[in-house]
Amino acid sequence: MKEVKDFTVTAAERINELYTLLRVKPTDGSMLPRIEPGQFVQVAVNAPDVFLRRPISVNDVDVADNSLDLLVRLAGKGTRVLTGLETGARLNIMLPLGHGFSLSAPSSAGRILLIGGGVGVAPLLYLGRRLRESGIQPEFLLGARSESDLLRIYDFRAIGRVHLSTEDGSAGEKGLVTQHSVLAEPIARIYCCGPSPMMKAVAKIAAERDIDCEISLENMMACGLGACLCCVENTVKGNVCVCTEGPVFNINMLNW
Amino acid sequence: MANISVKVGALELRNPVLTASGTFGYGPEFEPFIDLNRLGGYIVKGTTLNPREGNPYPRMVETPSGMLNAVGLQNKGVDYFIEHIYPEISERYSSHLIVNVSGAKTEDYAETARRLNALEKISAIEVNISCPNVKEGGMAFGTTTTGAAEVTKAVRAVYDKTLIVKLSPNVTNIAEIAKAVEAEGADSVSLINTLMGMSIDVERRQPHLSTITGGLSGPAVRPVAVRMVWQTARAVNIPVIGLGGIMNGRDAIEFMLAGATAVEIGTANFIDPMVTMKVIDYMEDYCERHGIKDINEIIGCI
Repeated sequence: MKEVKDFTVTAAERINELYTLLRVKPTDGSMLPRIEPGQFVQVAVNAPDVFLRRPISVNDVDVADNSLDLLVRLAGKGTRVLTGLETGARLNIMLPLGHGFSLSAPSSAGRILLIGGGVGVAPLLYLGRRLRESGIQPEFLLGARSESDLLRIYDFRAIGRVHLSTEDGSAGEKGLVTQHSVLAEPIARIYCCGPSPMMKAVAKIAAERDIDCEISLENMMACGLGACLCCVENTVKGNVCVCTEGPVFNINMLNW
Repeated sequence: MANISVKVGALELRNPVLTASGTFGYGPEFEPFIDLNRLGGYIVKGTTLNPREGNPYPRMVETPSGMLNAVGLQNKGVDYFIEHIYPEISERYSSHLIVNVSGAKTEDYAETARRLNALEKISAIEVNISCPNVKEGGMAFGTTTTGAAEVTKAVRAVYDKTLIVKLSPNVTNIAEIAKAVEAEGADSVSLINTLMGMSIDVERRQPHLSTITGGLSGPAVRPVAVRMVWQTARAVNIPVIGLGGIMNGRDAIEFMLAGATAVEIGTANFIDPMVTMKVIDYMEDYCERHGIKDINEIIGCI
């Protein structure tokens, strides 16, 4: 069930000049609602020049700790405030929103590849954790410009095998994720979240090889509830709201 | 406890709080957050005779104290509404259900209204002659007295229940348009729809919206809306419904003081899905604090 509640930041780690990892807990001590991998939250930003809530994907959930991790990338006014928050700050959050990745076992044999780039790696951590809990072995393929742009690789390594691509070759294979050698292996399913050109390139490879592939879109949105119809993606079913029909879509739904 | 019920046409509203079309979906979207039956009523998404895909993405950009949208009346058409949405929401909610009606041609407005006239639990329609985001019709009707009168007359001829006409602020004299629709039998006018605006991404040298221009909403437009409600309420004898950037109860009372009998909450629903309930609570509290026995006493007291 969707709800709006106040959260307290219990940890704020500045990963680098662009990224902050926020851990938040319900301020009143109430239980977190059940959150599925790929779902997102809408965060109210307490700043006079920020009007709308900001959609942020769920990076991780710790049920025992009753906490939620949000990986925030500095991209504008709203995320400037969020990336600068300190422990103890309060946030009003609407959650859980959208529908997430499918967790069922794929029908064909091969690797389960979670491909991410930039802030798009955020939902893949919780996805990987939940896949592993359900007996599926995830592998991550993470891309960045340079080694210093790769975020918290150790979190992913704790869950599954990690393949890296950097454009300058400073870590893993040199090049784009779509050029990585692991893609030559048999693959049963791809989950992908990252910059639009990356997702489109991955979707193209998956479509050509008939690999089941789900991607997570980041369209600009206002309400997050399917009311305003601002965040639509043109799909085989026409314009649909990314906030409610997505943000995760199977690529066979998309007109890419 | 003070009386906060008001009357708009034949509609007895248990309180003056309505939701603005296009900001509240069909209602169920907000069920996790509020008791919809506490609302005075709610206005569902703009409905047209035929299905519309709306405008291409991107359709929205945040602006100072507001947002621009260019949704373009995406909806599945009136028949889909009647067959698939109406049965569900009319059973589920007891608040007044009002359908916002839009069209490209006068005949389309009338035909849509005629089909809705048959629905027992639709208490009223709000005729949208003010959408800035469609190429044909929409705002074109709402920017001249003759266009506004023509649509109102055609709809009035086929619609028996409460007829509200939603006015565009993109005009020189909104009170003249209001008088024109009143003369053709409108029971109420609601204002303002969005103000036409534009925003450019200077780094990419591209407009933020696929349609280049869009409709501005949010508190940025509120003083304009309050002024227009004040001007219109003094010019017509039918009740005025005020909207435009209402974020809280204080703002809603401001519109009532300017002459609004009821208010619509729009963009604020995106930021706080519980805002309508807070506005109703505020109104009760406001009357209490000011010793007002009936909220109707404050309407248009400026």
